[in-house]
Amino acid sequence: MVGVRLQLEIALARAAGSLSRLAGRGGGTTLPGKILATLDPAALGTLAERLPLGSALVSATNGKTTTAAIVSEILGGRIRLAHNRAGANLVSGVASALLTVDDAELGLFEVDEGAFPDVAGRIHPRAVCLGNLFRDQLDRYGELELVAARWRTALAQLDPAATVLVNADDPLLADIARGRPNVLHFGLDDPSVARERLPHAADSKYCRACGAPYEYRAAYVGHLGDYLCTNGDHQRPPLDVVARSIELKGLEATSFDLVTVMGTRRLSLPLPGLYNVYNAVAASSLALALGASLDEIEAGVGRFRPAFGRFERIPAGDKAVLLLLIKNPAGANEVVRTLVADGGPRVAVIALNDNIADGRDVSWIWDVDFEPLAGALERLVVTGGRAAELALRFKYGGVPADRIEVVADLERALDRGLAETPAGGELVVLPTYTAMLALRRVAAERGLVRPYWEAAA
Amino acid sequence: MKRKIVVGHLYPDYLNIYADRGNMAVLERRAVWRGIGFDYRTIGLGESVRPGEHDLYYVGGGQDREQALVAPDLAGKGEPLREAAASGAAFLAVCGGYQLLGRFYRDRSGAELPGIGLLPHYTVAGERRMIGDVLLECELAPGEPRLLAGFENHAGRTYLDDGAEPLGRVVAGFGNNGEDGFEGSTLGGAVGTYLHGPLLPRNPWLADWLIARALARRLGETPELESLPDDFESSAARVSADRARARGGRF
Repeated sequence: MVGVRLQLEIALARAAGSLSRLAGRGGGTTLPGKILATLDPAALGTLAERLPLGSALVSATNGKTTTAAIVSEILGGRIRLAHNRAGANLVSGVASALLTVDDAELGLFEVDEGAFPDVAGRIHPRAVCLGNLFRDQLDRYGELELVAARWRTALAQLDPAATVLVNADDPLLADIARGRPNVLHFGLDDPSVARERLPHAADSKYCRACGAPYEYRAAYVGHLGDYLCTNGDHQRPPLDVVARSIELKGLEATSFDLVTVMGTRRLSLPLPGLYNVYNAVAASSLALALGASLDEIEAGVGRFRPAFGRFERIPAGDKAVLLLLIKNPAGANEVVRTLVADGGPRVAVIALNDNIADGRDVSWIWDVDFEPLAGALERLVVTGGRAAELALRFKYGGVPADRIEVVADLERALDRGLAETPAGGELVVLPTYTAMLALRRVAAERGLVRPYWEAAA
Repeated sequence: MKRKIVVGHLYPDYLNIYADRGNMAVLERRAVWRGIGFDYRTIGLGESVRPGEHDLYYVGGGQDREQALVAPDLAGKGEPLREAAASGAAFLAVCGGYQLLGRFYRDRSGAELPGIGLLPHYTVAGERRMIGDVLLECELAPGEPRLLAGFENHAGRTYLDDGAEPLGRVVAGFGNNGEDGFEGSTLGGAVGTYLHGPLLPRNPWLADWLIARALARRLGETPELESLPDDFESSAARVSADRARARGGRF
């Protein structure tokens, strides 16, 4: 039973969420939780305890939102979920999601890498899914090793009965989960889709034990792959849930065999790129741990539609906008790789903001392998608060300066890009997080999309 | 004879955390655009440095783990690198690389990681990280003050020896240690700094200064470098300087 005090606090906090929407200040996806956390710091744990089926957490540098959304698609028809699907993934966002659904049975929360230890400590999840750790917003999270050290401590403090689903292809994650009970390893096993070598900005490529460079039998995304310490210290753990026979179908879809102890299924995911295969395998593993059947997984993955801003197609008159969030080198590299596999865009709008949610340090754009886009690009519109920095990135990356247009204002940049896009064509837009939200706001004002808190609902 | 410079990039596989390759791209393009050959060579673990081979050295930043992995190897290269500096080779060392060019880095437990003493400073780990946009006023050529805009993210506090030259005076941001109002260290053609961003794209004048020093070492005379169109560079520098003035770090 919820105490009277908590009920009152919940009512107050919910009212604030509605007010925030009414006031046009966004979806109110974090404000109720912030208020609740202020009124009663222990409320998060109390609210989570009410969930009869407990909670599951998803954390990673890249793919949290998509992974959790796929799990939601798999389980949502059968189980009532409290799910922070709009991507508000700090303590306040999780609390807000718990507040919005009264009769939820299971909590499904994506959690920011930095907030993961705190949320895990308060919520006592029954399952935790860890996808990857890449260099990201060093000004905000600190060095990768620090994040990993905090995760290691958080895992050690979890209930031993909790299931930990870990991406074994990430040497750092496999290492922090080593020795824990109830660990399930997922990963990819198809050298035909591997890269020839590690990308420039690969992290965690030296043996956790001895420091020697890992030898990769296959490198898939960033430093994720089938690795081996040449001094024999360790190698990728055996996989429990595996993607094999992977097929990448341009900008449209992927398919693969999901191999598990319960059997093998061919999954068709309506999302492009190898990084989304990782998301689908992570989601399938978590769904299995939460009791889903292979039938439910096959159907849920097949039904999935992209989370907002992540490969979202927005019609704009006789043209369309293809919105692909970029936020760090590993993720942006995969977006570029997927675009180039499809021939690469002739016109693109790239938006770089440097607000706190984007990272104030914009140096990461120099670690992205944007160069493969240079060949096909005839017109590049750079925009956002740090548009000029992007212009430099492409100028020094081989795009002639006269093909680069600096338009700081996001809306005007979008219109410039659309003007350069032929009728029936698709404009590729790569924004950082706050630029993506702003561009969706523009699209919403023009009636092209629903606002993100509705789109996600 | 075609003009060229030979560049030695120390440990690019280990020290690359703050997009150091952006600095390298700027040095390379600005040399090539002027018809100056750019002979890029990496110097890795266990590879030796022959004094006289390179005109310009670059050392980037790494995480603590990577820095500890390269420090003993770098110590073994100390003598030829100091010799190269004494004979006029240019150096750019950023963040972790800057610390490693000093005499030592003392961590929180009091343990010391040896540096190579190429620049006259030492570094002590601090409690709080100093993170934010930075703006400096520099005067590498007497009578020619210049602004340098970048981003800093370091826990180490660096202290220069008496009489040592800082790279610049801090207009906004923390700088070497958040106390004395100076940033970086410079000696002859060597520059060490905490500023990344990366540093050179939005501060092309420093890239040109390094190219000129490197070329001077090779040719034995100071070259004239033609100017290049720097519109994007200037506006990126302006935005970065504004950020530092508006939100640069201070205790």
